[in-house]
Formats: sequence, structure tokens, C-alpha cells
Amino acid sequence: MSLSRRQFIGIGGAAVAAMAAPGLRLIELANARSPAEAATSLQRWGLLVDISKCHDCDACVTACSTENGWYGHNRPASDPQWIRKVTLKDNQSGYVETLPVMCQHCEEPPCVDVCPTGASFKRADGIVLVDKHICIGCRYCMMACPYKARSFVHEDTTNQKPYAPRGKGTVESCTLCVQRVDAGRIPACVEACNKDGHEAMVFGDLNDKSSEISKRLASAPSTQLRPDLSLNTGVRYQGI
Amino acid sequence: MRRETTILAGAVAVLAAALFTAGAVRAADTADTKTGGIGPTIKIFKGDKCVRPTEDMRRNHMKYILHHRDQTMHEGIRTTQYSLKNCVDCHADPKTNSVLGKDGFCSSCHQFAAVSIDCFSCHSPSPENSGQPQKAAETAPSRLMNLMRLSAENARPRGDYP
Repeated sequence: MSLSRRQFIGIGGAAVAAMAAPGLRLIELANARSPAEAATSLQRWGLLVDISKCHDCDACVTACSTENGWYGHNRPASDPQWIRKVTLKDNQSGYVETLPVMCQHCEEPPCVDVCPTGASFKRADGIVLVDKHICIGCRYCMMACPYKARSFVHEDTTNQKPYAPRGKGTVESCTLCVQRVDAGRIPACVEACNKDGHEAMVFGDLNDKSSEISKRLASAPSTQLRPDLSLNTGVRYQGI
Repeated sequence: MRRETTILAGAVAVLAAALFTAGAVRAADTADTKTGGIGPTIKIFKGDKCVRPTEDMRRNHMKYILHHRDQTMHEGIRTTQYSLKNCVDCHADPKTNSVLGKDGFCSSCHQFAAVSIDCFSCHSPSPENSGQPQKAAETAPSRLMNLMRLSAENARPRGDYP
């Protein structure tokens, strides 16, 4: 029996559909990735901060510091700062609002462009990290980052968390709590904000159109910080 | 003549048996914990056996953790078999909460082999949720560094800075 051209295309199409269907299912389940699986570009992790719900507290900053074991030495100019609260004031009306600023996990990160060793890199799922094993501490990335998101470790470090190594002479920044994300959990700042009942931060997959973050971004206006730079940040703000 | 040879052979056999027994006892000692004498202190606190045979780990552990380090950092693969965290979880001394210190699993062996490791200038030498590590005893390299620094300071001419 020989197949006509039409039959052949029909059978081929059915076969492709049968193969693609389990693939789509995989995307859904990918949130709970097994420890042996590598991060893939099926996800792009992002964060949405609703400034109208952001109160004058620093729960997110404290939670980040506790989770990742960074701390200052009373030297504000050089202390590490993975996340900070920035105060905006409208001089005409006197209206004051605060917002957390951290690594914006750009799609086109300038820190990665300037890194001479490849220590600054973007993971397949969009999380921008520093590989401290190959960081030489030149701090080009700190100069390149338009958000001042990165810090240099000037002091010997003690009491590091087993899942968040930190060391003198390297650059560090928000990791989007990559150790938690890999385990299917949400970042510490988001958890702390939810716990306090503010619920100003939403974490999720920007590639998944059915995720809460994608729905919220699709239903209300939002902005990136410095959109003029076209970095396509993973962290978005509403209500600025 | 024949009788003498038999006695000599018997004596040699007895001696060999005695030496073998002593060696076997000593080998059994070293397999568990080894203290004193030449060689590093090796104490194992948790688990029956390592993730690979001991001989393989002695020779190749650095390759395994280096390979795993890049996979974890860049790809997010977080299996525990070759992770440094897994090493620390099993080998940290419950008294000091650390793999460092005079008898620490990592530091004692590396000191014996004259290999300096910089893993723990960034990584925690303590297992997760075990509280704070005790202050590790000053190790030989750091004592040496201090001495060098002191002598350099003493050698510096005083008073002729601009």
C-alpha cells in the first residue's frame, strides 16, 4: 500500500501533535523541577512589585539578609546590599512612596556584557548571578549596573549560609533566592511581604501566560525601571 | 640437618603469622578512626560509607566537587551526591560543628598533605541548621601568615613616609 501525499502529511501532523502534547504538559510541571534537571529557558522568572501596597517597612530587606546571610559593618557606603528600600518624593505635592530595588534580572544584562571573566552570567531561566569561583573582584559589573544592585564584599565573611556562599573580594547581588527557586519555593522577600499581609510582591514565571504574575501584568499598567535602556527587566513595578 | 631446617621453617612461619596478625589489627584500627602517629586525623561521624569508595575519594574528590560546582552554579543541578554541602553534612565534627580546626576532617588532611584549600573562605564549614561554628583553632598557614606580616611590619623603616 502506498500513501498519498495528503495521507502522509495527515499522519505526520498527528504524530507531531502526539509528541508535542506531553511537551506542553512538561512546561506546566516544570515548576517542580527535579534536582537532577538543569534550569531551562522554558521559564523566565520574574517579580512584580505593587508600590501602592508597599508600606514603609523593611520586611523584605530583613528577610533577604536573614535568608542569604549578608550583613553590614556600619559603613553604609561599602556595606553589602542585595535589596534596599528607595524613597520617592513628589516635591510639588509632597507625596512620598517607597519601593524595594534589587537586581532587576535583565534579559540583556549590562553586568554580563562587561564581565571580563564570565563570572557574571545569566542562567537559562533568566536569573542573573555571579559565579564567585571565577569572579576576580574587578567591579566592572557594579559600574555597569544602572540600578546599583551589586555590592562588593570588602570584609572577611563569617557564618555564611550553606546554600549562600559569600566571600571577600567578590561581587554579589540578589540571586532571586535561586536556592529556593530550584526547590520550587518563592524568594524570601516575597514570602516575608506576604506574611506581613502586604502582598505587594508577586513572584512567578513570565513565560507562563496562566501564572499570576503574567495575568497581573496583562491586566494593569506596569513599568520597568529605566525602560529607556531596553534591558527587558524581570522585575516590574506597578503604581510608580 | 633435616630437623634443623624444619625448625627454621616453622619459626619463619610463626613469625610471618604474628606479623600478619599485627598488620591486620592495625589495618582494622585505621579503617575506623586513626589518631596519633604519622598521618592526618580521620574521623567519620555520619553514615556507613562515602558516596564513592574511599580510595577513589582520596584521589579524586576534588574533581567530583569541581565538576558538580559548575553544574550547580550555572545549570541549577542540585543533586547531593557530589555537593560540598553533602561532604560537610557528614564529615563535620558535632563538637565543633565544623570540618575545619585541628582535627577537622578537611583541614587535618589538607594540612598533612600541604595543600591549602580556599573552599571555606566563602562556603560554610558547618552543616545546615547546626547553629554557629565554634571558632576554629588557628591553623598552621594562618600562623605563618601572621608571622610574615609581623616581620614585614617590623622590617618597615619608620618615619620616612611622605
